[in-house]
This record gives sequence, C-alpha cells and structure tokens, in this order.
Amino acid sequence: MAKIIIHQDAVKDPQKAVSVCPFNAIESTEEGLSINAACKMCKICVKRYPEIFEYVKDEAPSVDKDLWRGIAVYIDHIEENIHPVSFELIGKAKKMAAKIGHPVYCLLMGDNVGNMAEELLHYGADEVFVYDKPQLHHFRIEPYAAVFEDFIRKVQPSIVLVGGTTVGRSLAPRVAARFRTGLTADCTVLDVQENTDLDQIRPAYGGNIMAHIHTPRHRPQFATVRYKIFDAPERSNTKSGTLTPCKIGDDKLHSKIRVLEIRKKEKVKSIEDADIIVVAGRAFKKEEDLSMAYELADLLGGMVATTRPLIEAGWSDPRMQIGLSGRTVKPKLIITCGVSGAIQFVAGMNNTENIISINRDPKAQIFDIAHYAVIGDIYEILPDLIARIKAGSTQQGTS
Amino acid sequence: MQITVCIKQVPGTSEVDIDEKTGVLKREGIDSKMNPYDLYAIETALRLKAEQGAKVNVLTMGPPQAEAVIREAYMMGADKGFLMTDKKFAGADVLATAYALSQGIRTLGDSDLLICGKMTTDGDTAQVGPEIAEYLQIPHVANVRRIHEINEKAIVVEMNMAESVEIQEVQLPCLITVEKDIYPPRLPSFKLKLKTAGRPVKNVTFKDLKDRNEMHYGLNGSPTQVLRIFPPEPNKTNEHWEGSGEALSKRLAEKLHELKFI
Ligand SMILES: Cc1cc2nc3c(=O)[nH]c(=O)nc-3n(C[C@H](O)[C@H](O)[C@@H](O)COP(=O)(O)OP(=O)(O)OC[C@H]3O[C@@H](n4cnc5c(N)ncnc54)[C@H](O)[C@@H]3O)c2cc1C
Ligand SMILES: Cc1cc2nc3c(=O)[nH]c(=O)nc-3n(C[C@H](O)[C@H](O)[C@H](O)COP(=O)(O)OP(=O)(O)OC[C@H]3O[C@@H](n4cnc5c(N)ncnc54)[C@H](O)[C@@H]3O)c2cc1C
Repeated sequence: MAKIIIHQDAVKDPQKAVSVCPFNAIESTEEGLSINAACKMCKICVKRYPEIFEYVKDEAPSVDKDLWRGIAVYIDHIEENIHPVSFELIGKAKKMAAKIGHPVYCLLMGDNVGNMAEELLHYGADEVFVYDKPQLHHFRIEPYAAVFEDFIRKVQPSIVLVGGTTVGRSLAPRVAARFRTGLTADCTVLDVQENTDLDQIRPAYGGNIMAHIHTPRHRPQFATVRYKIFDAPERSNTKSGTLTPCKIGDDKLHSKIRVLEIRKKEKVKSIEDADIIVVAGRAFKKEEDLSMAYELADLLGGMVATTRPLIEAGWSDPRMQIGLSGRTVKPKLIITCGVSGAIQFVAGMNNTENIISINRDPKAQIFDIAHYAVIGDIYEILPDLIARIKAGSTQQGTS
Repeated sequence: MQITVCIKQVPGTSEVDIDEKTGVLKREGIDSKMNPYDLYAIETALRLKAEQGAKVNVLTMGPPQAEAVIREAYMMGADKGFLMTDKKFAGADVLATAYALSQGIRTLGDSDLLICGKMTTDGDTAQVGPEIAEYLQIPHVANVRRIHEINEKAIVVEMNMAESVEIQEVQLPCLITVEKDIYPPRLPSFKLKLKTAGRPVKNVTFKDLKDRNEMHYGLNGSPTQVLRIFPPEPNKTNEHWEGSGEALSKRLAEKLHELKFI
C-alpha cells in the first residue's frame, strides 16, 4: 500500500528532518523518526530528503473506469429559478466532455420543475434527468440524497459537478460518502485526462495554498465549484438534447426532517450578482464618507462592498463583506478604495476581470493583484472622479 | 442527553508561504490551535448542556499533540475527551477522516446530537460533517445559525441559505454543523483549567474500533490524492499610476470609458 517509509540509517540530523513537515507529522524518538496521524501525504519530505523518505506507490485496485461514462451536473435551484452556477458547470462539463467524447447530463430534482427542465435544453446538455415529486419540494437531505443515489446507480457518470451553494455543499459530501468516493471542494480549475481522471485544483488554507487533487481509483469523481468560477455558455434559441423523466419509489423519499417555515432574508441584492463593485476599506475615516463610494457605485450601476473592519465597525451589513469569511465575487470590475489587500480579502475577489485599486501606500499588497494600481488619496480622487463621470454623462445626455 | 462535538487541531496561522523552487512550506512560527470554527460547535453544546443537563463529549482525530484541543475544550466546560490517534489514520482525506470519526463516535455510546464546525481553516472543505452523518445513517443539517428548541425527540434549527433561512425540525439523533453567528464562544476558564488538569483524555486507537479493516482508514481509505501543492499565481498584468489627485482621477475616468464602464 502507498506509504512513506523512512530510511533511519540516512538520518543525520533528525530535527532538520522533523522540521521539513508543515503538518508536524514527523516525530523523532529514541527508535528514530516516525510518521504520525497528522500526515497529509503531501510528500514534501520525500522531495526534500529523498535519501530518508521514500514514497512507496500504491497498488490498490481501481474500478473499471470504462463502466462510468458522462459528466453530470447537479442543477441547483431556488424555487423556480435555476441557480446560475448550474449553467456555469454545464459550460465546463461541455468543454471537458468534448475532450473525452462523453455526454453531458443534468440532474434536476424538485417539485413541479417542468419549466426548468425545458429551459435546460437551451444550454446544450445531452440529456436532462428529471425527478419531479412533491416530497422534493423543500431541500431535505435524505430524499435529495436518495434521488442522487438513484440517478448515479442508473446512469453511472464518470464525473459529477455540484455548485458550491448551501444545498450543494451539504448534498455532495453525503452522496460522495454513500458511494465511498472522493469529493474535492471548491475547485477553481478542472480538466479531464484521456483516461477520464479529473484534474482538480483548489485553494486551501484560506487561499494561501493551491492543491492539485485527483481521484485515480474511484468513480464517480465528485467536485464542487463555487459560483462565478467558470463561464456560463450562451443560451441558444433552439433546444437540443432529451428530457428523461425518472421514477423513484415513495418509500425512498422518507425523511426525519420537517420543514416548518422558510423565511426570506430581507431583500438585499447580493454582491455576488453585481457586475461592478466599489469596495470601501478602512481608509474611510467616517461612516458619512462612505457616501463617496455609494455615489460612485450608483453612477457605474454597481454596488458597494466593504472589507471586514467596516463590518466590524457596524458601518455595513455582513452580506456586503468580500473575502474569506465573506462573499466570493467575480464581477467585471472592482474598484477598491483604501483597501490594503489582506490575503483574506483578496481570496474573495481575485478572479475579477478588471481590478482598479486606489491606495496612497505604493507598497500596499492590493497592488500585487491590481491591474491598475492608482497611488493616491481617495479623498482627492473620488470626489473628482465622481464629478468627471457626472459631467461626462451630462455631455452624453445632451449630445 | 449526550452531545458529541468533533474538533480539529489546525496550524496557528493559515498564512503559510511556499518556497517556489523547492515546493516546501515555510513553517517559521507555525504553531497549532483549535480550528476557530469548532469553538462555536463547543459553545453550542455547552449551551444545551446548561439548558438540558446534557453530557458533552469532544472527539478529535490527529497526532498525539492534538490532546491540546481537548484540554482547551475541558477548560470551556466539556465533560469527556477522546483522542483518535494511530498511524493507521495518517494521510486521511475527507472520506477516510469521516469514516474513522464515525467509527470513533460509535465507541462512545449513543449520542443524541453531533455537532461539527462549519469548516476548518486548513483543509477548508466543510465536508467532514455531512460525511459522518452519512456513515452513521442519521439526518444532518449544515450551516445552522440558530437553535430554536430541543427536546428528547427532536431539534428545531435554522439553516442559513443564500437568500432565505429554512427552519427545520429534525428528529434525533442527528448531526448539525454550526455557523459563526450561532453563539459567541466563551473563553477557556482558569478555574476549569485547574479543575480539569488531571482529567484523563481517552485514547481511541485502531484496535478499539469495530471495523478493523486497515483498507478503510488513513491513506488506504482515501479516494482523493493530493498530487502537488503550490502557491497561488500572482497576477502579472500590473500598471502603476502616480500623479496628483486630479491627474489620477482624469486617467481613471478615461480608463473606465475605454473599458466601456461609462
Ligand atoms: C491543501 C489540501 C487540500 C485538501 N483538499 C481536500 C479535498 O478537496 N477533498 C478531500 O477529501 N480531502 C482534502 N484534503 C484532506 C482533508 O482536508 C483533511 O484531510 C480532512 O481530514 C479534513 O477535512 P477538512 O479539514 O476540510 O475538514 P472540514 O470538513 O472543513 O471540517 C468540518 C468539521 O468537521 C470536523 N472535523 C474535521 N476534521 C476533524 C478531525 N480530524 N477530528 C475531529 N473533527 C474533525 C470539525 O468539526 C470541523 O469543524 C485536503 C488536504 C490539504 C492539505
Ligand atoms: C480568519 C480571518 C478571516 C478574514 N476574513 C476577511 C474577509 O472575509 N474580508 C476582509 O476584508 N477581511 C478579512 N479579514 C481581515 C483582513 O485580514 C484584513 O484585516 C482586512 O481585510 C483589512 O481591511 P482594510 O484593507 O479595509 O484595512 P487596512 O488593512 O487597515 O487597510 C487600509 C488601507 O487604506 C490605505 N489608506 C488609508 N488612508 C487612505 C487614503 N486616504 N487614501 C488612499 N488609501 C488610504 C492604507 O494605505 C491601507 O493600505 C480576515 C481575517 C482573518 C484573520
């Protein structure tokens, strides 16, 4: 079986060898070095001290990969609306499927979902599997997992993509565990090899590390992907693909959960949906000064978001926070105003197409990721910029 | 009522650097701490303990030094601690971690409620909780942000969704993962520290588990493999603008126009 073996005779300085492991998994005792349960098999020790640490490869049997065909996308929806991440995943699935000559499947479950099923045919999936049952009206874990299981047993897809929504992140691990297979979370890069193995790259450690992960011996290969990582395909005017209604016995849809109530949160448009975002950072000295950010955002037809300190100060709603402990956004344009660019903030916005950053500190970290680093004072730049845009729009209005 | 909370020891900071040439993580000053999200899970259990007279177990899988997080949980008010440590558990991905934990949980007798943190700050997948629930064949609710009520039979929780909250009544036993705004966690108490200093932490090893098939644990039981870790790519396109406020705002307005935003 795959493991790391230690050549004790090659150990010259045990402390040095111990310190190579970022996970504190190497221990030095009287009997020599050993590897404990903290080992993540990252093989850093093997790379650094190949004479001491040897990786012995894994000969475990693999499933017959030819029995698993197709790339399936779980269609997430909120009531009657398909969550846009589902379209983005169809787009990604189509690109990968073309490489290996596999079909693209959609799995749609819910109550009264006929319209959504028809709509999916405009996005180029080969087959849309539909489970339409009153028991599936609300998301409850057991019936949803049962339907997912039924679909996988029937269709045997090689790859299953699930949006990283609240529902997706709860459902995907449940189903992956049911099939004793791997699930890679929050992938930002996906590609498929000829042998249908999925290359998955994801950030961990709050975006400080990227990990390249694969699932070489198991099928299906599960991955979750957050909203706005991939591009949705254009909606075609014509329909293509087939709709396949699926049956499942009521006995499989029992649940120990009763949904008592669904409460809408106050209707604040979410920053994830904005194309243009003006971000206010701690450079704003007073709450009133935020009006500059709001005015600029209004003129651009965008929204204002903030860094965490402003939320902590109570100047803004937590839903407006971008970053690791806030929202991930991928707008077309972000203008950061007096934001230092802490990694926890950047993790939530570095996929933005255009990043303009205003900061008076030429060494500000935000400039590492900005496309346009504007070194200056927001109190000088913003009022003038607002005036210029206003003047510009009046000109357009009169011309 | 018995409540079991799963907690994990994570690196003290997630700001790790990777040496691009050697691919080695630079670990100066990286010590360990309890996964911050698990503090909320412990706090939730302790509130229910106060209300319901529940017994609170904490369980962690990790290296021997992970005992520290159990000690910390004792200082907050947890009753019994269990440390799953064994070389056979090493190299576990989410599936193998959840499986080992579910086996460990079975050795503790019947728990009415299992509580996990929302996610960790290292592996950061938020998948372990739901997978444990699958192995134990009990319902789960993730992203719980409030508990309305609990009795011997059921718990009423508020699940946080993007645009709504869903209030669910779930029969016990069940598993929940809790969000940060559920309750502010208490600080470890010095009094409890003294009181629990001698309290044992029970080790749970491979031999104690019902399923002793090595292929189900650690690296052997892990379908995913980390092929490589590397630092995120820095953005290459990068223009720096300097000048007076007016010159800069003029240039900015022109750029916004050029990019068709105005
Ligand atoms: C860079 C990197 C990326 C990785 N990516 C993946 C991946 O995509 N898929 C995958 O399967 N594995 C992955 N792994 C492995 C995985 O992170 C861990 O090995 C796994 O043990 C725990 O997952 P987590 O930290 O994400 O926990 P989460 O699922 O985020 O933890 C949620 C909760 O589960 C409980 N919990 C988690 N771990 C423990 C524990 N050891 N003891 C007690 N309770 C616990 C806690 O209550 C915690 O709050 C990755 C590892 C690394 C180093
Ligand atoms: C676990 C964890 C999670 C976190 N999650 C998040 C998160 O999700 N989102 C988040 O934002 N933060 C998060 N943080 C906090 C993060 O580390 C930073 O502290 C935060 O992002 C800093 O916000 P800021 O840039 O507004 O403030 P600061 O870091 O104080 O930066 C202010 C910047 O404004 C510049 N400035 C000051 N005055 C002017 C002026 N007049 N004109 C122009 N520039 C000026 C300064 O040069 C400075 O660069 C998290 C932290 C932790 C530990």
